[in-house]
Amino acid sequence: MFNTLDQIFVNALHWLVSFVPEPWRPLASSMLCISFILMVFPAFFSIITIFERKGIGRIQNRYGPNRVGIPFTKIRLCGFGQFVPDGLKMLTKEDIVPRAADKLIHFLAPVVMLIPVLLAYAVLPFGRNMTMTDYDAGLLFFFAIGGAVEIAVFMAGWSSRNKYSLLGAMRAIAQMISYEIPLILSAVTVVMVVGSLKLEDIIAAQNQYTYGIAHWHVFTPWGLLGFVLYFIASLAESNRTPFDLPEAESEIIAGYFTEYSGFKFALFFLGEYLGMFAISGLGITLFLGGWTSPVSFLTWIPSYIWFFSKLITLIFVFIWIRATLPRLRMDQLMNFAWKFMLPLALINILIAGIWHFMNVEWQRWIVCSTLVLAAYVWLGRGLMHQQKLGKRTYRYAE
Amino acid sequence: MLGEQIIKGMAVTARNFFESYVSKDRLTTVQYPEERLPQKGNTRQFPFLVYDGDDAEKGLRCVACQICEKECPPKCIYIVKSKDKKPDYKGQMQVYPVRFDIDLSVCMSCSICVEVCPFESIKMNTEFELSTADRFGGLLFGKDKLAKSNSYYQKVHPKDAAESDAVIAAEKAKAEAKAKAAAEAKAKAAAAAVSPAPPVTPAQPL
Amino acid sequence: MNTLATPPKNFEVKPKLDAKGEELGELLEVSMGPHHPSTHGVFRMDVVLDGEKVVKLKPVFGYLHRNHEKIGENISYLANMPYTDRLDYFCSMTNNWAYALTIEKLAGLAVPERAEYIRVIMAELTRLQNHTCLIGFFVQDMGALGTPMMYAFREREKILDLFEEVSGARMMCNYMRFGGVRVDVNDEWIAKTKKVVADYSKFLDEFGTFLTENEIVLARTQFVGVLPKDLAINASITGPMLRAAGVNYDLRKVDKYGIYSRFDFQVPVGEHGDIYDRYMIRVLEMRESIKILEQALRDIPAGPVMDPKAKLRGFRPKAGEVYGRVEGPKGELGFYVISDGSPNAYRYRVRPPSFINLTILEDMCLGHNISDAVVILGSVDIVLGEVDR
Repeated sequence: MFNTLDQIFVNALHWLVSFVPEPWRPLASSMLCISFILMVFPAFFSIITIFERKGIGRIQNRYGPNRVGIPFTKIRLCGFGQFVPDGLKMLTKEDIVPRAADKLIHFLAPVVMLIPVLLAYAVLPFGRNMTMTDYDAGLLFFFAIGGAVEIAVFMAGWSSRNKYSLLGAMRAIAQMISYEIPLILSAVTVVMVVGSLKLEDIIAAQNQYTYGIAHWHVFTPWGLLGFVLYFIASLAESNRTPFDLPEAESEIIAGYFTEYSGFKFALFFLGEYLGMFAISGLGITLFLGGWTSPVSFLTWIPSYIWFFSKLITLIFVFIWIRATLPRLRMDQLMNFAWKFMLPLALINILIAGIWHFMNVEWQRWIVCSTLVLAAYVWLGRGLMHQQKLGKRTYRYAE
Repeated sequence: MLGEQIIKGMAVTARNFFESYVSKDRLTTVQYPEERLPQKGNTRQFPFLVYDGDDAEKGLRCVACQICEKECPPKCIYIVKSKDKKPDYKGQMQVYPVRFDIDLSVCMSCSICVEVCPFESIKMNTEFELSTADRFGGLLFGKDKLAKSNSYYQKVHPKDAAESDAVIAAEKAKAEAKAKAAAEAKAKAAAAAVSPAPPVTPAQPL
Repeated sequence: MNTLATPPKNFEVKPKLDAKGEELGELLEVSMGPHHPSTHGVFRMDVVLDGEKVVKLKPVFGYLHRNHEKIGENISYLANMPYTDRLDYFCSMTNNWAYALTIEKLAGLAVPERAEYIRVIMAELTRLQNHTCLIGFFVQDMGALGTPMMYAFREREKILDLFEEVSGARMMCNYMRFGGVRVDVNDEWIAKTKKVVADYSKFLDEFGTFLTENEIVLARTQFVGVLPKDLAINASITGPMLRAAGVNYDLRKVDKYGIYSRFDFQVPVGEHGDIYDRYMIRVLEMRESIKILEQALRDIPAGPVMDPKAKLRGFRPKAGEVYGRVEGPKGELGFYVISDGSPNAYRYRVRPPSFINLTILEDMCLGHNISDAVVILGSVDIVLGEVDR
């Protein structure tokens, strides 16, 4: 019974496709998968924006939106209908393009932001047998597509013909490029240990159970460090606090999307959040076992439920961090990426190699754990002490 | 270790998040206008005039001395004295205000008018939902809108009303005592005038 | 199709030229306008940037000028008391006390003991809520999206509720009078205050874990915006900024006004003069304020709260000039009054601490990034009502 529940979407897809004549079936199947992604993830985005506002509100000891329900009725729904008026507002605002702006690039920038992000969903496994296209080099495809987002940021800043937008765009690109390297290097450790770039293989490697606990990569020392690095780098890639200088830079420069209003701004916003979901989805696949369950006696829960609950948990951690931490300054951001995360990622590769080649279980646990801890503490101390930062004591005058 | 304090900070935030569902102390929002906070005893918003009894015209305590008009810092009070007089709570004939206007958009709720009034007649109200759409005269309150009864004052500021009533009762008692003493002295003088001298037995002729 | 090579027809770029007629291509002039994203009020900074570094900074204010001193010279002394509330609108009790102190010096009035204790309690409560707010705003400027600010305001509400219970208004208290205070406090209020003060230490501990050793806060604030000791003294800086620069100067210990000599408290002094020191000095000052409050609430005697010789109406102090000052939460708040025997002052002047502390803003910001300039401004702790009067 649970197997049918697990494969319900796959079976539904096959049933729908069977109505189409034989030569058209692959095309119809792709079209249906694409429409599924296009329906589910923007809906997920709307719900997450409301969760974000309510979550941040509760952290700040206040209610978030809690009145808007279904429009034109009196049903309140605790504020979950808020995305309808917000979306309508964004759609009906006037679309202002600066007179001196480069019109074609100005128009294309949000589109170039959104399309690669949507493309990246094609390789993510949402459940058992539920990957849209399972390439042999799926991971490589994902990172290649993710790099195209940076072009969109630059296009937005350059075409606005605004000194401040350009500076903001430069900063955004510098940040995104710097954090691509720890992101990819932490994924490289997984590829090394599993031996394949195919995302289904990576999940299959984690789908084994010892003593009832799954072989998730995050349960190993190098996997834990890799996951932490991947998580911090994904915060920086999606321009979230504490790395949100490009977008919340309301100090002077309002960022690379100053000159956008209305629907184009909505597209940027959508692109940013969808990028966040995609990168979290990949992190779940690499480190948290994708659609597998952590303990062996819970495997009856459908796989897509596992995937989406892990995704929601990760997004909640994103929101939690956003509500708590202040922003880093630009040079401190770059310092952190190049002088802390990059060496740590390289050392992580070494540790993953040691793990892979040592065969005795308890020995490799001890060696790898001590190495991880030592590297983290040593590099962390170096980062803080280099600028003589630290706790201070104060004297009292008599 | 790097990141340790950040984790502690995040623990504080998480604690606030979970406790906001449980304790009122961590979710201090009051959803106005469905819920309202109870007002404090001493709250002052805008002034109002007190009248005793039921009739706002006859029982008005204000005698148009114009002290509050002079002492008001932003000069938001405008008083026009009457030409005739009416009796006040002590029974004396006093002038009363024909016009008593306070421009609430100028008033800064400092309550100096309340402090300097010698007649316990202007006090601070606690009503603040006074918004109006009329830009030019909507907040200019005249005597009719400002006059409220003493029972309203007792309801809104019970302690201050009790003190005010005590002062008024004391003044009344003093005035009555003075009037009684004056009446007694007058009665004595009248009795002395009516019967000028006690009957004096003429000196017995020897 | 428009590309950057061919701008549209009516558009012309005129480059800026310097004194020699050469193009000033490098420097970027920005006006961080009066409509500020940070929470400091209507204040403008004209900043000239070289890439990211600040080369020149000119503060422009006056957007909130309300003729306070001119009004003070045209109305009576008592009527000016509510206007002093609105100078530094966060700390109305301290403003009232400074003004009352000045006029009492001028007229030779004596304040009864219970009123002195009440004044100290109110002033220290004001200092607590001002520093709490300041820490909230300061972390908000750094980008923390308002979470510490919300916690700070939650605690501040408790203190404002106390103010409302005793004086009738939360912020514009109009509470001090020449010769004492306007209304007495009752035992219920003292019990409530004791509870608020007791809870405050716990709140400060929680707030401290949030911020004091947070690595991001450390990285953004240590060694940024340094104010050296000599410059601070020469520029007449007072208050926590001066103490953070390393100078031991607190008017409560120097002037010993009121009854501060009876309380046992210490003055924290910083070392580096950077933003982190200013923030930590304020946190430590809050703890000292809690100590003072506990002592005052314990020792407050019974008695009258108003000098019997003081008059409300027809108050004409004798002719003369006087300068009275208190240690406000932002610095030395002083009032200079020249009286000529009439009911109004002849000359009335306010020494605003925020205004004088702002004069040093350029020297602190030179060489730093533009994002640092915003945080440095936050650490100076200005309130525009006081800067502009």
